[in-house]
Amino acid sequence: MPKLTVDGIEVEVPQGATVLQACEAAGKEIPRFCYHERLSIAGNCRMCLVEVKPGPPKPQASCALPAMDNQEVRTNSDMVKKAREGVMEFMLINHPLDCPICDQGGECDLQDQSVAYGRGGSRYDENKRAVTEKYMGPIIKTAMTRCIHCTRCVRFAEEVAGTEQIGAVGRGENMQITSYLEKAVSSELSGNVIDLCPVGALTSRPYAYEARPWELKKTLGIDVMDAVGTNIRFDSRGREVLRVLPRVNDDVNEEWAHDKSRYAVDGLMRRRLDRPYVRTNGKLVEATWAQAFEAIAAVNAGSSVAAVAGDLLDCETMFAARELLAMMGSSLIEGRQTGLKYDVSSLAAVNFNSTLNGIETADAILLVGTNPRWEAPLVNTRIRKAIKHGAKIYAIGAEIDLTYKVAWLGNDMSLLGKLPDGVAEVFKGAERPALIMGGGALGVEGAMGAALVLVDTFNMVRDTEDGAWNGFNVLHMAASRMGGLMLGWAQPGGIADLVAAKPRLLFALGADEVDFSQFEGSFKVFIGHHGDKGAAAADVILPSAAYSEKNGTYVNAEGRVQMSDKAVFAPGDAREDWSILRALSEVLGHKLPFDTFGECRAAMRASVPALGVEGLASFEWAPPVLDATASGPVGYPIKDFYLTNAIARASSTMQRCSAELLHGEPILEAAE
Amino acid sequence: MADAAHIPDEAETRARWGGFAFTAENLAKAQTYIARYPEGRQRSAVMPLLDLAQRQVGADTQTQGWLPVPVIEYVAAMLDMPFIRAYEVASFYTMYNLAPVGRFHVQVCGTTPCLLRGSDNVMAACANKGLVKGKTTPDGLFTLTEVECMGNCANAPMVQINDDNFEDLDYDSTTRILEALAAGESPKPGTQIPGRHTSEPEGGPTTLKAMVDANHDYRGEW
Ligand code: SF4
Ligand code: FES
Repeated sequence: MPKLTVDGIEVEVPQGATVLQACEAAGKEIPRFCYHERLSIAGNCRMCLVEVKPGPPKPQASCALPAMDNQEVRTNSDMVKKAREGVMEFMLINHPLDCPICDQGGECDLQDQSVAYGRGGSRYDENKRAVTEKYMGPIIKTAMTRCIHCTRCVRFAEEVAGTEQIGAVGRGENMQITSYLEKAVSSELSGNVIDLCPVGALTSRPYAYEARPWELKKTLGIDVMDAVGTNIRFDSRGREVLRVLPRVNDDVNEEWAHDKSRYAVDGLMRRRLDRPYVRTNGKLVEATWAQAFEAIAAVNAGSSVAAVAGDLLDCETMFAARELLAMMGSSLIEGRQTGLKYDVSSLAAVNFNSTLNGIETADAILLVGTNPRWEAPLVNTRIRKAIKHGAKIYAIGAEIDLTYKVAWLGNDMSLLGKLPDGVAEVFKGAERPALIMGGGALGVEGAMGAALVLVDTFNMVRDTEDGAWNGFNVLHMAASRMGGLMLGWAQPGGIADLVAAKPRLLFALGADEVDFSQFEGSFKVFIGHHGDKGAAAADVILPSAAYSEKNGTYVNAEGRVQMSDKAVFAPGDAREDWSILRALSEVLGHKLPFDTFGECRAAMRASVPALGVEGLASFEWAPPVLDATASGPVGYPIKDFYLTNAIARASSTMQRCSAELLHGEPILEAAE
Repeated sequence: MADAAHIPDEAETRARWGGFAFTAENLAKAQTYIARYPEGRQRSAVMPLLDLAQRQVGADTQTQGWLPVPVIEYVAAMLDMPFIRAYEVASFYTMYNLAPVGRFHVQVCGTTPCLLRGSDNVMAACANKGLVKGKTTPDGLFTLTEVECMGNCANAPMVQINDDNFEDLDYDSTTRILEALAAGESPKPGTQIPGRHTSEPEGGPTTLKAMVDANHDYRGEW
């Protein structure tokens, strides 16, 4: 542990830390452009110069200099001040002064740092260079003349996203950052380079010229596009969420968010259900809330009622619906819309037990019928990190490009029972072996049982030197899944049990993936926010709030309970889900015992205390004993990453991404 | 670059070069280059391989060769590296041509030592022969490029033509060389001053003269 002084302040930093980190530990701000905590060190911008003794009598780049014992670092000397001014002046030589028309304005590192550390004028009066525009896809808008060649975007593409398509071509004054042959970057994580770019070279295309950062209201939220529970921030103005940015949470999303989390929000303004509808003579007709409620009450369902929960729901909604059904005398609730019926007797057996953070430390991982790149891109980056630490990855399923090297064992679930010898050896010898089951595998009869047998064979749940290790992971795709399971939204036979019960009344809560033809004879009430498949099949539509328009509790795939705040109001007559259910319950004669959201949440917490504690819920490891003979191929449930839910399907950005990146349709010129 | 040569259209190059593969002979060479680097570091062979590929393209087209995109991709795939990484290398070094060149790639050094010793005359000789910076002559023979220091300052001014250096040039010798090349002859590379061998002092030694014939102990004279 080197001990050194920074401006006379003594600090001790971990072995291998850099001088820049030591300065931060001492509370000193070091300006930087190329250095980023989560990327490799490049040391090419020189903005982080400090004076270090002992060493050559010149300023040194602190980001690339290892901290050593007895170093004396100065961050406020004249030499440092002059060095920073010089670097800044050089940096601005070729940087256009177009801040007024640049979207980065107000959140630009270069702008901020030139004010703080620049000399306030330039002595340069030659021509500035200009760089041609580069096309980088439907998400990234480029203005490459502004690029300062920090190479953060290049390093991100290579190290985190794993799609090496961005690079620096040419050299010297002619160096340019570009995507390969100026084609779209085909990464689900491409939007992150927009945040990483310290200048306005890479900005957001969908959000171009929408707003200045200081006009935006910032609300802390949780993403519902997948089951990772990415911590996000809604940036809204008026009634519109203009963009979504990731927040830092090392346990969940580090500081990344995938493109769907970021850019599906324009779908919140399109295809919205903003008033109730009632089906009359086969056609959905606009109605008032009272008329809609009457139509539902007229069904006289008694206790012949069932409910299906969609993928984007918060726990409070699912709790309120569960209570309503219970009061009506039914417990037919199910959240697995597409017919999955895996055993949920032990929640630990359907949880991502290694935790998102922990999977990085695994040294052998078996992927079973999962495409993490699409089912949870941020889990995929964690697996990439595990590989960097030396992990070996094997997979059962159809071969796909996961951005890293995988040993594909074949697409046959019977492999679970007879792993090739070499593979079994690796798992036997592994210290932290792990298995990740995807949604595809959960649908194969016996696969979960077979996987649990493997967990036993290789002793994947064990005590290690660094604490307990549980290598059994199920990777869900729906943000509502774990919360739903905690609230009991599962029937032994899955949705088939609901079908078999032939309910007179069926509530579809944002459920758009259900095959409604199974419920031919039921009166279908759709409570949701988008006019998608669920609404099309409904007899009554009750418009509700999307995730940005309500407070809510969500549980991610690893069982982490997180709360999201309401950023904007739902459009038109739409109401928050819990209040719809509360109002309806009164009409149905089974009044729910809460009048405010707070009471609803309190009642939920009383019923399932784990939902009241933010952080990892603990599930006891007591795996069920299941039929363990699985065979046959497995398919990946997600066919189109960009269009997995009603919000994304309504989003023109996501439609464009899907068309261009997945279906190879020609580039649509942006209307500018 | 204002005088950058025109890179052909991508579809066109793909149609022409999409099927590029090393000849058996070059493949064997490529394997030896790759084998020079330890397991897992094969990417290090990218530079010799790109050069080899450029030479093969040259042989195919009767020119000095260039690197069409599909050829760069072929090399990258061979080394199991992302295309952009190989493309970065190819675009960084001026020895790789990203656009077609003629049979003779005339690279005139214009850096200070050569400039002081008369590279302008060399340029003028080229211009007089119809060579234009960044362009290939209509007969496909010559491509002219102005380059920075080639490390031959002791024999300035100089020009590199294909794999040979021609040094100690003036207007006449440059003209002579270009004419000889155009006529299909192989002019003598190296210094063009009669009597000079390589980069030794012109007109005989200027220092350590006493050492020319036998060893001489200078220490007493210090
Ligand atoms: S585009 Fe932005 S992130 Fe990429 S090198 Fe340029 S300044 Fe850095
Ligand atoms: S931050 Fe140190 S050189 Fe860029």
